[in-house]
Amino acid sequence: MGKYKAVIGLEMHCELKSNSKVFSSAKNSYNETPNDNISAVDMAFPGTLPVVNKKCVKDALKMSIALNCTQPEYMYFDRKNYYYPDLPKGYQITQMASPVGVNGHITIECNGEKIPVNIHDIHLEEDAASLDHYYDTSCIDYNRAGVPLLELVTEPCLHSALEAVAFLEHMRSVYKYCDVSEADTKKGQIRCDVNISIMDYDATELGTRVEVKNINSFGNVYDAINYEIKRQSELKDQGRYEEIEQETRRFDEESGTTIRMRSKADAIDYKYFVDPNLPKFKISPEWLEEIKKEIPLLALERKEKYMNELNLSDYDAGVIIKEREYAEYFESCLNIGIDAKIACNWLTTQILGEINKLEINIKDFYLTPSLLKQIIDEINKGTISSKQAKEIFYKSLEEKKEPKTYINSDMAQISDNDELETIINKILEESQTQVEQYKNGKDNLFDYFVGQVMKNTRGKANPVITKEILNKKLNN
Amino acid sequence: MNKSIKELHDSLKKGEVTSEDLIKEALEKSHDINAKYNAFVTIIDDAKPTSLTDNLLSGIPFGIKDNYSTKDILTTGSSNALKDYVPFFNATAVQKLLDAGAVPVNKTVLDEFGMGGTGTTGHTGIVKNPWDPKRMTAGSSAGSACAVALGVYPYALGSDTGDSIRKPAAYCGIVGYKPTYGMISRYGLFPFASSLDHCGVLTRNVLDAAIVVDTMKGIDKNDMTSWDSKDINLYKSINGEVKGKKLCYIKELCDLNNYENPTEELKSHLNNFMDKLEIFKKLGIEIDCVSIPKNLLDALPSVYVAISCAEATSNLSNLTGIIFGPRGNGKNVTEMMMDHRTKGFSPLIKRRLVIGSYILQKEQQERYFKNAQRVRRLLVDAWKKLYEKYDAVILPVGSGPAKHLDGSKDILTKDTAPLEEHLQIGNFGGFPSITIPDGFVNNLPVGLNITGNCYDDANILNIAYALENAMEYKNQIAKEVR
Repeated sequence: MGKYKAVIGLEMHCELKSNSKVFSSAKNSYNETPNDNISAVDMAFPGTLPVVNKKCVKDALKMSIALNCTQPEYMYFDRKNYYYPDLPKGYQITQMASPVGVNGHITIECNGEKIPVNIHDIHLEEDAASLDHYYDTSCIDYNRAGVPLLELVTEPCLHSALEAVAFLEHMRSVYKYCDVSEADTKKGQIRCDVNISIMDYDATELGTRVEVKNINSFGNVYDAINYEIKRQSELKDQGRYEEIEQETRRFDEESGTTIRMRSKADAIDYKYFVDPNLPKFKISPEWLEEIKKEIPLLALERKEKYMNELNLSDYDAGVIIKEREYAEYFESCLNIGIDAKIACNWLTTQILGEINKLEINIKDFYLTPSLLKQIIDEINKGTISSKQAKEIFYKSLEEKKEPKTYINSDMAQISDNDELETIINKILEESQTQVEQYKNGKDNLFDYFVGQVMKNTRGKANPVITKEILNKKLNN
Repeated sequence: MNKSIKELHDSLKKGEVTSEDLIKEALEKSHDINAKYNAFVTIIDDAKPTSLTDNLLSGIPFGIKDNYSTKDILTTGSSNALKDYVPFFNATAVQKLLDAGAVPVNKTVLDEFGMGGTGTTGHTGIVKNPWDPKRMTAGSSAGSACAVALGVYPYALGSDTGDSIRKPAAYCGIVGYKPTYGMISRYGLFPFASSLDHCGVLTRNVLDAAIVVDTMKGIDKNDMTSWDSKDINLYKSINGEVKGKKLCYIKELCDLNNYENPTEELKSHLNNFMDKLEIFKKLGIEIDCVSIPKNLLDALPSVYVAISCAEATSNLSNLTGIIFGPRGNGKNVTEMMMDHRTKGFSPLIKRRLVIGSYILQKEQQERYFKNAQRVRRLLVDAWKKLYEKYDAVILPVGSGPAKHLDGSKDILTKDTAPLEEHLQIGNFGGFPSITIPDGFVNNLPVGLNITGNCYDDANILNIAYALENAMEYKNQIAKEVR
């Protein structure tokens, strides 16, 4: 804990998934070719008009509900007016007066602790174009202009860089669980503004707020917050706290520091007013009810369920809920009768290992829960050993053939007591020397005998029964 | 070309004339009058004839106000900011006319971006009144009004944010109609003030206006404010039966006693209006005099200025010279945008943009913008209340005939301001509103206006049709009287 209490608020911008942009019919997809996903509307050619994308409104409402916000009775949009070369219309269509959600609250987990986070508001808006600056020229790519963005604003209720990143990770998971965004920072789909101030622990008034704008990775959010806390604390230590100004700064990745952009006094007046081109429309309670039904059980809720109802460990449950698809795979396994612990073991070791190696989505993984069950059923019946099970697993994956094709009579485990006893007797007779040594205290030779049995049966001996018989013969 | 749409269609059908003949005549006339009246930004000399279909507009030439986007044809908004701009798509309304086989032959001059009521601020110069070239046409649909009045073609497109179709129609002695807000898609129309902008048409008779709007109208997936009107057929619903219809006029605007020093023109104009009301009563129409609080009417011009300038400031922010329009000079992008806008806009526009920007400022929004919106609501409610009892409000347009060019100033005069500006209520409420000629003052045409309730276009046009037939100014062609 630092010397001062840090107070942090976040603004998180996340690009939504959709076929077309939020106010135009141009494609909304990640595109390496500049100015390919564009329409006359995105470039604000005279006379063009915005048409709101219903899916984006629906997804925004979905997030509003997921964050326990209040939804407005009427949906409408505002214009945020300012001149910048990445903003073709000279205004951004956003929601100021009546956001899609206000006064929300969620609980996140940070270092095993549960932390409540209050949401000021969440609103739907359009992204600007992207600029590439070169030595003496700048290029504009309008692909991003008009891409749907959800901006989420928290209350200043977080107190460390760790909590801030935990919140962002949590939100990324919520977006992905709700299937409204890929939420991929590598594609620039998430950007954050961070507000940071410090105060004495016993103080009642908040300190001077500094805003760090446009941070593009969670790691940078972490570094920016810690840098600001350090910078502000040092000034306070030196009795120079009044030098901290309400200002906007940016994070410089190279130096790991924040750099002043402008003072709050120079803040732009965005002259917000309702966009007359987008008529107000009523959000019916029925529609909200419908949307609510589409919200799945979220990660943290599932984790608790797995731990409390299925007795999984915190770690295992944490691995499974990391992606919605993992959890869904896991739950499909349960639905077809696979034991939770067994499903968890296969998922967290073999399956995730393979998926990471192959860099594929679990949805595209050949061994679906029902194919996996073919293997697990045979283990349970005792017809194959767990070693054989793994072999079948990889062979099935490699040859893309159902596991049952590899399970044949030849493979069946020898579980017959009499048959095994005959084999074991023969081996013990042939290994008189080793039996002597074992009886004289060389305990580790037990594994040697097991190995001999396996060798003799080409691995088909049921290891449990084998051990039982050997134990009886050697230790009595 | 002096004929009505139906007459031209019949002539085409009978083979008395071809689409080619009509286009040739319209183009020749365009060149003739442009030299004198300066009505056109572009004359489309390579306009091609179209084949005759059942659509009454097929094969017939028309004019397009130069703020409608026309694919591959220069569209300037009569502004230096877009003096070389060639759109790559058609405005929805234009496309619908093209689909019907209508033939555009010219793009008409407007007050820059539709802002201005004089016809004097277009980047190609002043449009002159065809009845008296020393007078204004009014605006902003100046070139369209001038050309239709002179018989270049039976109709031209206009747009109307305050009175931009309906006032020039009165000054030029023709019909100007803007339907209910959203009946015609605005997609492709250069915006001035989105909540007030309407597409519409200028013609020489009411039936023609109905025919053209029937083709232009319809819900458009590109304009969320457009609505489905497929059950409305204006042309077919006009029958001239008006017995029992109820109209009202407003005492505070029409009573001469309200004016301290009325000019002779104002006197004749109002007297003529009252005389015409007597004629209309004979058709079986009930006409009442009603009262609207004077302070509400007096607020009208300021409300319009506040809302239209505020919206315009934002709407015109796309004009930076970066994506389209002449690229400005400067050391950085801000300087380039400033240079483009400094050179691109006339002083009048700059003044309005500054006013709009001021009004939208955080400190002023409540006092000016929000209050203007509140008074707009009060005015619209006052009119809606009238529509509970009356089919329409009938009023004289302006304070007389066209104003002199040398006295032209975009400054409001106090006394007659509400009379000059009341057409703006049609824009505040999105009401269907039509101006028809109702006589002459000083040998110059004057007009009256009928404004009804939203979606009641067919009723309004039918009344206008009956009134038009009760007077002798239908289909008149402008001729210089001095």
